[in-house]
Amino acid sequence: MDPSAPFAKVDGWGTPALAAMALLLGAGFGFALEKAGFGNAKTLSGQWYGTNFAVLRVMFTAIVVAMVGLFTLSYLGVVDLSLVSINETWIWPQLIGGLVFGFGFVIGQYCPGTALVAGATGKLDAMVFLGGFFLGSFAFFFAYPWLEGFYGSSAMGRVLLPDALHVPAGVVVFGVVLVALGAFALTHVLDRRFGHGRS
Amino acid sequence: MSDAVIEERPAEATPKVSAPKPYWNSYAAGALLGLVLLAGFVVTGRGLGASGAMTRIAAHTLQKVDASVRGGTAAEHETYARQNRYTAQYINDASDPLDDFLVWLFVGVLVGGFVSGVASGRAGLELIKGPHTSWKRRVFFAGLGGFISAIGARLARGCTSGQALSGGATLALGSWIFMLAVFAGGYALAYFLRKEWL
Repeated sequence: MDPSAPFAKVDGWGTPALAAMALLLGAGFGFALEKAGFGNAKTLSGQWYGTNFAVLRVMFTAIVVAMVGLFTLSYLGVVDLSLVSINETWIWPQLIGGLVFGFGFVIGQYCPGTALVAGATGKLDAMVFLGGFFLGSFAFFFAYPWLEGFYGSSAMGRVLLPDALHVPAGVVVFGVVLVALGAFALTHVLDRRFGHGRS
Repeated sequence: MSDAVIEERPAEATPKVSAPKPYWNSYAAGALLGLVLLAGFVVTGRGLGASGAMTRIAAHTLQKVDASVRGGTAAEHETYARQNRYTAQYINDASDPLDDFLVWLFVGVLVGGFVSGVASGRAGLELIKGPHTSWKRRVFFAGLGGFISAIGARLARGCTSGQALSGGATLALGSWIFMLAVFAGGYALAYFLRKEWL
């Protein structure tokens, strides 16, 4: 039996159906972020100062749920993984971009998605963050002629961790689950030690 | 007798209508987020993203402003946004930004966040800052952080949503490099900014 998913690719969805689905997915995304407390910079800043580990717990729970679901459905032949968009790898731009993004995160205490949710619920500092993000995007456009060489460097195409580590996908999935569980346990130990009990 | 009991009830016991509901347990919120992300993969074959829509909106804004400043019928084709090889990929005659998957995702995030915030009593104009800093410093750092984040996100081709979350769940090598770099960069700088939050 041929895989039936991703539905939009297998069945060739048109633009209106995809746009409606994107709106629905976005709403679920925004709803979950707000319920997690990510519409407030105080929750996010807690990750960097050890007072609230919601960022790590929410993010790794989401990664584990989606990863186990996706690779299980792929293994069962329901989802054709080759039709799922998977980010390509550019080692150096992603390493340096990640460091710069981490600086921006700690300085502003939002990231783009959380700032949208915070801005939508009236947080003025998040609106300022989004204004800065637009200006930064323009700055990147104007700087692009100088950054282009670096931006396209160390291109590796579609590389998954199982390929890079030369182990079966199931082993990496299992490993990520174990690391996430270990990280969760560590955050609870730190909470008890420093007296921040809230999850 | 019953009247006296009511009068003796302390004022604090009266339920406050305006008190926001507590946030969800982190693992419950994370599980919901993971299911939404999984639905994205299974239904559309794509993950989630937040910064991509802002890049498209910024590129189209640059195009529109430049074209209107230049004026004339041919102006649309002479703009900087068309000559710049980065923005040119988002400005082509066939594509409307409002047809874009990421732009609809962006609108959805605003709607979903707003609905949850209102339903939980957390919506309202407010400046979030640490207890020992001024609103001026908070505004400065929020704007600066947004500016720097944009450069990092564009270099890395995505942010916490498109790279760390969606790329992380699909086990993309570059996305895991990005995620570890974000935490490394964040923790490297956090100490120096501790007075803004602690």
